[in-house]
This record gives sequence, C-alpha cells and structure tokens, in this order.
Amino acid sequence: MDVFFYIAASIAILSTIMAISGRNAIHSLMFLILSLLAISVVFYLLDAPFVAALEVIIYAGAIMVLFIFVTMMLNIGLEKKQEKRWLNPRMWILPSILAAILLADLILALRNMPPVVAGKQVILPKQIGISLFTTYLLAVEIAAILLMAGVIGAYHLGSQKKKVLHRFLLKKQN
Amino acid sequence: MLTVPVETQIVFAGILFLLGLIGLLVRRNLVFMLMSIEIMFNSAGLVFIIAARQWNQPDGQVMFIFILAVTAVEVAIGLALILQVYHHFKTLDVDAINKLRDEK
Repeated sequence: MDVFFYIAASIAILSTIMAISGRNAIHSLMFLILSLLAISVVFYLLDAPFVAALEVIIYAGAIMVLFIFVTMMLNIGLEKKQEKRWLNPRMWILPSILAAILLADLILALRNMPPVVAGKQVILPKQIGISLFTTYLLAVEIAAILLMAGVIGAYHLGSQKKKVLHRFLLKKQN
Repeated sequence: MLTVPVETQIVFAGILFLLGLIGLLVRRNLVFMLMSIEIMFNSAGLVFIIAARQWNQPDGQVMFIFILAVTAVEVAIGLALILQVYHHFKTLDVDAINKLRDEK
C-alpha cells in the first residue's frame, strides 16, 4: 500500500511545482487540479474516503471552476492563439501522463485494499456528521454566518454598476 | 493498510505548504497568488486528516470541512476583488497596484 501513497504524493508535489512555476494561468490551473486530485487519492489512502470525495467535488469541481471562469474572463481575445497552442502536444502530454499514472495508482490501490480490519476502522461519514452537529454545532453556525457574509460580499463586489465600486478602488471622481 | 510513518506524511504536507508559500512570495500575478493560498489551505487540511487518522477520531475531518467552507468564501471574495482590480487598473500585477489612493 505504501507505494501508492508515495506515487500519489510525488504526483501532487510535481504538479504543484508545475502549477506555481507556469507562465500560462490556465495551464497552471490544470496542474493545480491534478495536484488536488492527487491529494484526494492521498486522503483516500489515509482512510478518509468522505473527505476525498469532498476534495474532488468542492475543490477540484467548484473552486477550480471559479478560477478557470475568472481567468478566461480576464483573457478574452486570446482564444485563437491559445487554442492553437493547446493543440500543440507538448502542452498537454505531461499533464495527461501524470493523470494516467494517478488513475492507475488509484485503481491498483482500490483493487489491493484489504477488507476492513477490526482494530483500526475507517472513520465513516456518519460519525463525522454526528460530531459536526453535536460537538461542533456552534462552529457550523459560525461557518453559516461566514458563508452568508461571503455571498453578500461577493454580490456587492461583483455587481457591474459603475457607482458600486469597492471604496478601495473608487476612482477619484473630480 | 498504509504503513507510511506519520512523519513522512507530515513532511509531505509541509512540502506542499512550502511550495504554496514560495508561490505566494515569488509570483506577482494576483491569480497565481490566490492559487498559492489555496495550496497552503489544502496542505493545512492534509495535516488535519493525517492527525484524524493517527488518533482515529472524526474531529480532524470535521475541521477539514470547516477549512473547505472558509476556502470557498475566501476564493469567492478574492476572485471578485481580482475582477474589480482588473477592471480598474487593467493589470493583475500587484506591484502596479500598491498605491492606496490615486496619485494626483
């Protein structure tokens, strides 16, 4: 089992290095998604399958899609050149190889997973939910308030009307 | 059963955190800086998961869910701010936007 951990960890570190050192934001984001998927495999190997699923759904699925939308909104007009560069195999061959290795790693790990040992059992989502809504109920409500504030703030900052710029960014009017 | 020593797992999380920190300090593009912050949040969550496995308690995974909520809010606000900065300054370089007010 250990070798699966080391492979996934190496892919995570390698793709994170590629993500922070790339010149093109979209390519870096693709490497970052690959890094998150690798970390998700690590979570699975660390007996946390629920968190591994959350990592894929929320991080790689929702947050990274936000990033990609914003990056594409900011780079409008470069599409044709970018598309030509994407068709260059050198751009996508490394991420594809890394993702294929990660997939093989996950499949082999799934096949070699031993049945649940009686002594040390996997923490189930049920336990997490019970803990979340009994011990950490106050923290859940604080998180709800934070999310509410985030929604209002993002709405306020994201509105396109000229008059509603954030005060840091207010243009000197006269 | 995974028998990787817990020190190795922590070192892995530490390497990821350092990579995020290096990215935050080196890159001058706002999108890349936000990405680096994401990497650091993620490695912090990884440490929580490692600890949850080490003590066989669900608390670490609960903390990861909270980190997830905080990250989602941070990204939403951060990206909205990046859009505003880009509309106003037409650049994403943080060195170009280090003035708190417009020059006369």
